[in-house]
Amino acid sequence: MDILLQQIINGLVLGSIYALVALGYTMVYGIMGLINFAHGEVVMIGALVALAVIRLLADSGLPGVVVALVGLGAAAPVCMAVGFTIERVAYRPLRRAPRLAPLITAIGVSIVLQNLAMLIWGRNYHAFPPILPTSQHEVFGATITSLQVAIVLIAALMMGGLMLLVQRTRLGRAMRATAENPAIAQLMGVDINRIISLTFVIGSALAAVAGLMVSANYSIAHYYMGFILGLKAFTAAVLGGIGKLGGAMLGGILLGLIESLGAGYIGDLTGGFLGSHYQDVFAFFVLICVLVFRPSGLVGEKAAERA
Amino acid sequence: MQFTRVPSTMLAVAAALAAAFVTAGCGQKEEAKPQVAAVPVPAAAPEVTVRLGHVAPLTGPQAHLGKDNENGARMAVDELNARGLEIGGAKVRFELLAEDDQADPKQGTIVAQKLVDAKVNGVIGHLNSGTTIPASKLYADAGIPQISGSATNPKYTQQGFKTAFRVMANDVQQGKILGGFAVQQLAAKTVAIVDDRSAYGQGLADEFEKAAVAAGAKVATREFTTDKATDFAAILTKIKSKKPDLVFYGGMDAQGGPMAKQMKTLGLKAKFLTGDGGCTPEFIKLGGDATEGQYCSLPGVPLEKMPGGKDFGDKFTAKYGQIQLYAPYVYDAVMVAADAMKRANSVDPAVYLAEVGKTDYPGVTARIQFDALGDLKGGSISLYRVKDGKWEYVETLGGEPAAGAQEAVAEAKEAVKEAAKATGEAAKAAGEAAKEMAREGVKAGADAVKNAAEATKAAVEKK
Repeated sequence: MDILLQQIINGLVLGSIYALVALGYTMVYGIMGLINFAHGEVVMIGALVALAVIRLLADSGLPGVVVALVGLGAAAPVCMAVGFTIERVAYRPLRRAPRLAPLITAIGVSIVLQNLAMLIWGRNYHAFPPILPTSQHEVFGATITSLQVAIVLIAALMMGGLMLLVQRTRLGRAMRATAENPAIAQLMGVDINRIISLTFVIGSALAAVAGLMVSANYSIAHYYMGFILGLKAFTAAVLGGIGKLGGAMLGGILLGLIESLGAGYIGDLTGGFLGSHYQDVFAFFVLICVLVFRPSGLVGEKAAERA
Repeated sequence: MQFTRVPSTMLAVAAALAAAFVTAGCGQKEEAKPQVAAVPVPAAAPEVTVRLGHVAPLTGPQAHLGKDNENGARMAVDELNARGLEIGGAKVRFELLAEDDQADPKQGTIVAQKLVDAKVNGVIGHLNSGTTIPASKLYADAGIPQISGSATNPKYTQQGFKTAFRVMANDVQQGKILGGFAVQQLAAKTVAIVDDRSAYGQGLADEFEKAAVAAGAKVATREFTTDKATDFAAILTKIKSKKPDLVFYGGMDAQGGPMAKQMKTLGLKAKFLTGDGGCTPEFIKLGGDATEGQYCSLPGVPLEKMPGGKDFGDKFTAKYGQIQLYAPYVYDAVMVAADAMKRANSVDPAVYLAEVGKTDYPGVTARIQFDALGDLKGGSISLYRVKDGKWEYVETLGGEPAAGAQEAVAEAKEAVKEAAKATGEAAKAAGEAAKEMAREGVKAGADAVKNAAEATKAAVEKK
């Protein structure tokens, strides 16, 4: 029982991170119908910028949480600027181009960012200094650290905040209108260029938070970390129903749980025939099943209503 | 090709010669042409460019190790050029063609084909067994000698290619020693084994499992991850439920470090042991204080115990920064290739290939001699443990002492014999309290053996 609980906790922590990154994919897709494959690299940039600042301040004697917040305070604007630039340089000129063109530039931007990060921060792995409290708590025999609790809570808070923003504010209404029909939204006086830029900026700020979380939780940051993370988060977004905010959250948490439980039990369930390295296969198998029966994802509806 | 600091007339001559050589001399399966040797030596020594391919992942999760390998090769090449070798009457300039295989077997063969097409004189690499094995066929077909400094999967040399060599003990040798070490020295009764499903990780884990079982341990569970993963909570949770004494990881440092850390986070208190892939400063950096007291192994003996090893370490650190892992081995690999060319008096792969197999070279990592397959003869394995955030040498196990130190070995044998005699005498003298005294005698004997081993090591060092 405690093992099952531990696996569920593992899955929740992993899933919260996936969900936060998946939001970035889903927001952009919801509004522009574009898959921003460079989003994973924005997470990576966020992690590396935050880490660079944190390492500068690690010995300053400030409390660890303050240092982490300062790191985030530096990473978020950088990521926002990167997100804004990506949209201006790689996507806006192609807004009327066939849908494949921005997909290709997205992959191009991703490679450029990766190599840029490699030039700036080098090929080595960067370790997260042990500044955050790592006290462990026993919950019915399972272990969870304060950091992991913080990750799940912060992720939930960010997602709730984003929901409110989209559903309850003027900006959110403009975003929904742009998603519905850009041309008509423009006729109604919505500055869609501004809205799209803002969408990228907000998604990138979330990416900065996710980047800090990943590097703090695994105490690791590397110029290559965004690739796999981005791929997983994209999968989560599709699983939940890309374009829907709730879908990204549900998909992220589900993917985390599937991976965790899959890796933990697949070996025993198949009598050792399939090992824990099939956890990704397991995740994608679930994805395929969902897409066969619900092509637009778990909570997705027909393309008519997005974001 | 670069010909800096060479007068322009000479440059033209050299370029022509080099071009003639490169196009006619390499990669052909025809009988050896004494191309270079036949070139008449003009007053101004001609210059030949020897192009060595070097392959390692320069992008992706293992890029830090790949760059380290490349730096090792680059340093060897720079030193060779500074030395101004003459082979076959021509001044030889080494040039390194550094390629990136992304640690991906598919990319490995693409890059290998590129080097074959470029008609390189030899190949140093690749880094990973998974890329080295498929690439080795291309080099074998083209007759290009390949010396890897880090591909340890036994299959690499077992395919029957006479072009395949490695200057590091293979996974059978290493896994065997690690398995024995886990059970005997670390007193592990149950072990959990994790590997990254790469040719290297899987191969090493398989050999470890065999050896650990043979030594009497029980395998609690066998888990798997990938060489790009960062989250191991799920498999570690499962391992925790089986309560093993020791977790063995077959894979690289980028996973090993975080894995050790996550073990601590989950409250899994087993010992952690990994092979050469995790034996890096990066492992400690990533695992933090969770790595304290954990173990790893590395083929060969510690650099500072090798003749010229410390010197190499200092020079490398000054030029490229901290050694990650395989740079000294790759440095040796380049030197072995150059040494074979010198003895063959030719840089033609078809000619000097025969000499590679006959290598007897005092490298910075080991005295390098190859067996019939192209494996390093008598590869010993050293164990290290993290102490105060640094890898600390524990002991060297297995392998014959470095060849060429046979007298020292003989001496050591004598010492062992004496020790045994002493043991016997001690036992005899024991009288009634024979048992206890004998035990002490054994201890004395063991001490003597240890001294003898020390003497061997010292003798080797002197050599």
